[in-house]
Amino acid sequence: MTQKNNNWNLSPAPESTGHISLKKHYGVFIAGEFRTPEHGNRFPSVNPSTGEVLAEITESSLEEVDQAVAAARAAYTAEWSKMGGKERGKYLYRLARMLQEKSREFAVIESLDGGKPIRESRDVDVPLAAAHLFYYAGWADKLSYAFPNRIPRPLGVAGQIIPWNFPLLMAAWKIAPALATGNTVVLKPAETTSLTALKLAELIQEAGFPPGVVNVVTGHGNVGASIVNHDDVDKVAFTGSTEVGKMIQKAIAGTSKRCTLELGGKAANIVFDDAAVDQAVEGIVNGIYFNQGHVCCAGSRLFVQESIHDELIEKLKRRMGTLIVGDPMDKNTDVGAINSQQQLATIEQYIEVGKQEGAEFYQPDCELPKVGFWCRPTLFTDVAQSNRIAQEEIFGPVLAVQTFRTIAEVIKKANNTPYGLSAGVWTDKGSKIFNMTSQMKAGVVWANTYNLFDPTSPFGGFKESGFGREGGLHGLSAYLEI
Amino acid sequence: MKQSRTARVFSSPAIDQVGVVERAKRFTARSIKSQAKREGLGMVLSMIDLTTLEGMDTEGKVKQLCYKAQHLHDSIDGLPNVAAVCVYPNFVGLAKRSLAGSGIKVASVATAFPSGNSSLEIKLADVSMAVSEGADEIDMVISRGRFHGGEYHFVFDEIAAVKAACGESRLKTILETGELGSLDKVRLASDIAIAAGADFIKTSTGKIQPAATMPVTLVMLEAIRDHFQKTGLMVGMKPAGGISKAKLALHYLIMVKETLGDDWLDPKWFRFGASSLANDVLMQISKQQTGAYQAANYFAID
Repeated sequence: MTQKNNNWNLSPAPESTGHISLKKHYGVFIAGEFRTPEHGNRFPSVNPSTGEVLAEITESSLEEVDQAVAAARAAYTAEWSKMGGKERGKYLYRLARMLQEKSREFAVIESLDGGKPIRESRDVDVPLAAAHLFYYAGWADKLSYAFPNRIPRPLGVAGQIIPWNFPLLMAAWKIAPALATGNTVVLKPAETTSLTALKLAELIQEAGFPPGVVNVVTGHGNVGASIVNHDDVDKVAFTGSTEVGKMIQKAIAGTSKRCTLELGGKAANIVFDDAAVDQAVEGIVNGIYFNQGHVCCAGSRLFVQESIHDELIEKLKRRMGTLIVGDPMDKNTDVGAINSQQQLATIEQYIEVGKQEGAEFYQPDCELPKVGFWCRPTLFTDVAQSNRIAQEEIFGPVLAVQTFRTIAEVIKKANNTPYGLSAGVWTDKGSKIFNMTSQMKAGVVWANTYNLFDPTSPFGGFKESGFGREGGLHGLSAYLEI
Repeated sequence: MKQSRTARVFSSPAIDQVGVVERAKRFTARSIKSQAKREGLGMVLSMIDLTTLEGMDTEGKVKQLCYKAQHLHDSIDGLPNVAAVCVYPNFVGLAKRSLAGSGIKVASVATAFPSGNSSLEIKLADVSMAVSEGADEIDMVISRGRFHGGEYHFVFDEIAAVKAACGESRLKTILETGELGSLDKVRLASDIAIAAGADFIKTSTGKIQPAATMPVTLVMLEAIRDHFQKTGLMVGMKPAGGISKAKLALHYLIMVKETLGDDWLDPKWFRFGASSLANDVLMQISKQQTGAYQAANYFAID
């Protein structure tokens, strides 16, 4: 045995993909069955880390959207809205358990299709998706306790449009409260990441849900628009960009459609000089490099109290040097592939902007795979509030660091943004945490942690980050007439 | 009021317990396969301080341990030796003779181990005896009672005095983290020990539960790293007690690598204080070579 005490490097540890089952092409899921429309329009779903085509996805036409809404309406009227909460709960529990049983397959497909590290899809996305289903399954027969002295009634057909950053998790966030409260669903996954939503549809079929309770139509933005504009949709739930959110609000103005929007963010992650610095560094990394920074609540603006700036940045750089960037299917990968070529172009453009604005640029010196879409974890220091990289959502692994001197100053700067989805505060002093959290205009404020999610905790935005809450009791009321 | 001023003189960075536990858990998610595993297992073996610290220790027991240290498992070629054998001061001479020519160090606990409750004179005499018998390394314990009393200067001075008594021998300072009560205190004790001249900081005597844990070790590694960043001087780390499985030991190495860097992946700077770890590592190495696990009875216990 040779003994080699320097530069001990991890060997490849690839998650196997042999156990998954993917069809060559997927139809749309309507009224409990997969249908292949006659027009035959399809587009490929590509593995962003290899460029390989995983499956062909149907580009739905208006006709399929019509059929899906009609199926959802029929299921709502005939069965789902009349079914007792306990029965609805049983279906959801069953789905949650089945998802747990197939968690490995779902995690692998999620990483293949979206580019996120298998460690994240295995340890975060899939377990959290199952947890949301379990949580709302529990509420299904307790709605009158959730809203005492009211008679909570479902809204009808919910059109749900979800993004590409957490495909399965967002599907679960949307479907679980809608079904628990007696609504039926037409779901549209994002065009680059439809596979786990379609696999979830297979599970729904296998679980024996009444046909039409959940329908999945796939395709690009115009399919989403057809759902939003459909006369027989009672509620629109959207997670995605602020730009599209505004379009949706305009489209449904003057109708009786209910709406919840969960949009972009530019979260302030604030580190005080009395914070546990090493743990704060961990939280900063988790806040911005988790899921390649494709996170609406990412801690993309770091505010560091000036007295610890140099020490913290040195530690942060050091930690960034230990991040493993590369093959999402390797169990040791920390940062995976950028979701699409288009998104990579956006991120690269912002990195150029940051350099031109005069901020100091840093990336660790790590090798990137030859094919696929990649971006090294990126750090900009010496950033000012007036820089574009401190104002606009980049949706990539790019952190903009600013300094501050006083509490009043940092609160002002943190709130000085059109967004208000999330924030982080790092301090060893409890009283400071409460002072800060009560003054931050953000839907979620994490203290001494970041990007931690739980189905019992409501999630949603202020200002241009949207309105309405998902998760917890609040998530129920978004799908009920109370 | 005793020493209230010194409490302010020594201050250490805040430690967030929840964050440390989370980070420590993340190391265990690393998957160590094929070549990395082979290299890692070899490193673990070479970093072990094979230990016997019992009231019933005899010459026979110490001799057997020393033999084992040099012949871990002769049916596998090319195995490294362990780093050291760790014994009580009265067995140092014997261990030294038994290990002559092997390159294996002799470490001796001292300073009224394990409680540390005695006078400085007696502790220094304990150290001098071990050193004069030829101990290459001295594993001292800090005065935890004085530490909890806020007498940080006392703790500092004692370590400094022991360090002086060590002469050429390297000093490992045992914090006995299982008695310190919080990670903040672990960090403070680490900083004091490092400032006072410890060559190594060590978690535990092995007599108190919990002994070494990953979160505690991480906090100590961070203290070492911060010291290195400020001064450029390396300090070693030795988790002791509670690490008996090869897989856990490999995760410790990952933690060392990602916190301190590859330079610390060397028996000069990192040790495992353990008695049963070696055989689990041997079992894994043998599995790697033959493809099959062998029963525990194929590996000599000492």
